[in-house]
Amino acid sequence: MTTKRRYIALIRKNLGDRLNIREGVAPNELYLSLRRESLGTLPETCSLLTRSFRANFTTLVANDERSLNGTFVLSYVFSVPTDDLFLILQVPVEPRHMEVPSVSHVLESANWFEREVKDWFGIVAFPNIYRLASHPDWPEDVHPMLKDFDPQTSVPRVRGSFDFKHVEGEGVFEIPVGPVHAGIIEPGHFRFSVAGEPIINLEIQLFYAHKGTEKIAEGMSPQRVVFLAERISGDSSFGHAVAFCHCMERLSRCEVPRRAAVIRTMLLELERLYNHTGDIGGILLDVGFAAGAAVALELKERLLQLNELLTGSRLLRGVAAIGGVRRDPEDTPLKRQALADMLVRGRQAFEDLVSLVMSSSSVLDRLETTGILSHTDAYRLGITGIAGRASGMNRDFRRDHPHCAYGPLTFRVHTSGEGDVLARMRVRIDEVRESFSIIEQLQLQDPGEPARTGVVTVPPLQQALGYVEGWRGEIVHWAMTDAEGNIFRWKITDPSFHNWRAITVAVRNNIIPDFPVINKSFNLSYSGNDR
Amino acid sequence: MLRILKQALTGGVATNSYPRVVGEPPDGFRGKPVIDFTRCTACDACAGACPTSAITVQTSAQKRGERTVEMNYGDCIFCGECEAACPDAIHLTKEFQLAVTDKSELVTRGFYTRGSDGVYQYSEVPAQTRSHTEPVEEIGKALKKKVRTLFGRSLHIREVDAGSCNGCEVEITALNNPVYDIQRFGVRFVASPRHADMLLVTGPVTRNMEIALKQTYDATPDPKLVVAVGACAIGGGVFGKSYASCGGVDAVVPVDVYIPGCPPRPEALLHGILLAMDRYPHQGPAHTA
Ligand code: SF4
Repeated sequence: MTTKRRYIALIRKNLGDRLNIREGVAPNELYLSLRRESLGTLPETCSLLTRSFRANFTTLVANDERSLNGTFVLSYVFSVPTDDLFLILQVPVEPRHMEVPSVSHVLESANWFEREVKDWFGIVAFPNIYRLASHPDWPEDVHPMLKDFDPQTSVPRVRGSFDFKHVEGEGVFEIPVGPVHAGIIEPGHFRFSVAGEPIINLEIQLFYAHKGTEKIAEGMSPQRVVFLAERISGDSSFGHAVAFCHCMERLSRCEVPRRAAVIRTMLLELERLYNHTGDIGGILLDVGFAAGAAVALELKERLLQLNELLTGSRLLRGVAAIGGVRRDPEDTPLKRQALADMLVRGRQAFEDLVSLVMSSSSVLDRLETTGILSHTDAYRLGITGIAGRASGMNRDFRRDHPHCAYGPLTFRVHTSGEGDVLARMRVRIDEVRESFSIIEQLQLQDPGEPARTGVVTVPPLQQALGYVEGWRGEIVHWAMTDAEGNIFRWKITDPSFHNWRAITVAVRNNIIPDFPVINKSFNLSYSGNDR
Repeated sequence: MLRILKQALTGGVATNSYPRVVGEPPDGFRGKPVIDFTRCTACDACAGACPTSAITVQTSAQKRGERTVEMNYGDCIFCGECEAACPDAIHLTKEFQLAVTDKSELVTRGFYTRGSDGVYQYSEVPAQTRSHTEPVEEIGKALKKKVRTLFGRSLHIREVDAGSCNGCEVEITALNNPVYDIQRFGVRFVASPRHADMLLVTGPVTRNMEIALKQTYDATPDPKLVVAVGACAIGGGVFGKSYASCGGVDAVVPVDVYIPGCPPRPEALLHGILLAMDRYPHQGPAHTA
């Protein structure tokens, strides 16, 4: 990879005095380790990397490596979309001095990541010291991701209350909502400050769905973790499972059979399809367009039924495996017929729905200029996936970091500049069309060919990223194996973790009754965020 | 407007006919795994493959050469790994209506003794009879009483996500779509526990949802039904019990009906809800009591 050489030379020339460069097991990863004495340059280094290579901050991984080398390690992961490369800036942290300078002022998208690291590992990114993941009744000095914290510990509740930003002023009052909501939604607490009608501030407290997923995976065999990965966020079961498998395969230098890549791509698109149509239905329902919603939700149901027919699971579970896939969605004439049918009739039903919606000016009026997320804010907060693309962020891992079988496919990445609810619906509509076309391109490419390699032996003490462009946005996993080839550390990054802050911005100056539709237009995962 | 009318008129009837007709899931569907105890040799291969320890093989501490193979459908996530590990004695059926009112009914056991050749053999004589006959009757009676008080009218459900992965919510939401149309049973999802007759709870009950679940339960007027949806809600599922998870709904509030699945498909949910309402036509608490 000559591009990689170029990057190495460039980085060595400009930053060689403060960091060492190492290639990862996976061909598109470059590990840059910041020397201990250069810790003070961390924010500047991050900012240099993002600016000189047009890199995007992707995730921050903390790892308790005390048992291996006496230190903690923080890895700041950047995606370089133009050259399909990942730069992973690693910083050692001494157990005696659990502090690094915060990078949030140069990289606002890292804000929540730093706070989670403080709660879970006790490593402070000074001065970004606010709680995020730990609820107020969680003791200050207990950090569950430390290796010496036993996951079976029963941690006592302490007294404490949420620290919300209070907006003061005449006629300003607060409306608290949740964690149990009115509809069938996941748990979270929202606190609105309103002045008359408009919302002037929204604070969100999440992590009600925190299940210790990353922690309980430690010591598990990678094969078993696949089942956990399927359950990080139910509506992205396949996306997360493939991201994890991808991670293990990269770390093991294992190539999956071509047929497996094709099937994965197909199923990722089917996951996108049922979620996008469901979201369009949800948006229509929230603005009272019941006839349109019914069509969309019925189509979603048909897609879920198709999933079950093709894979045995409506949520596409039990298909992904390290080294390929467990079943072939095109191995019987019945399945092939059902898929072909969906491509004709499902598509037709979808087009009918679109023309129904687009001819309803009252619906369009409600969606237009509602819940605007400006491009500047989206860029600043590092918003990913459809929410980002609807605010003009031209990013998509399917094109920028081709995985599965996306490389040779023809498809367009759709964006919109408006950033309102309508834009988020429009991008979904365009993406549904692309998904149908992608599935069509992949249809009947050697059905029945072997779709799984033999037993994959996962090597000890290796680390790698794994990723897919899920329907919501980029799903990025990073994992390291222990001496036995089991999981030593697993970091899950759901696109929702990047995107939750977008909602707090998008609702400002909108009225409370519009909150549900704004929220729906992002449709973020609580469980994926909280894990 | 014309278009909408046209859509409404030409849309046709989408709703399925459950429970009059229980549709068979497609081939390849992963439903209830069944162990053929006569072919099983209590070798432990399935237990080793099961990601949630729904299958266990225990060697008796008292009597040498005795083993128990136990399958708990409450913990099962229907992944099919057991079948792959032992295609000889285990296969996944298409059965999916697995809801029960008594958790112990989710468990089946086989007892084995080691033969002179060292191979474990299924022993015909069960070493232990079902120990829960009485409590079942009690539970059945109590449930019937509640149901009688509740259903002179329609059923109002409050859904509580106690930290699920959202998979169960995808399926519960589907109950409202035109295909399952749960409203035809007089069942409605309501926005406040104060208006609810039934709490439909998902997730393993995270530490951070424990108090909220208790509060919701307390705010729901008596008599009330609690239905635990999915492997997580029954016994923690893949997440088990940990610093972050209570390991199931009945660790926090009493539960009337358990619906296995990960997630249960919409018809399995309907089955469980109707079972709780004592309105499922074929079986239900009326028959067990
Ligand atoms: S039972 Fe399965 S689908 Fe339901 S919440 Fe738990 S992991 Fe998700």
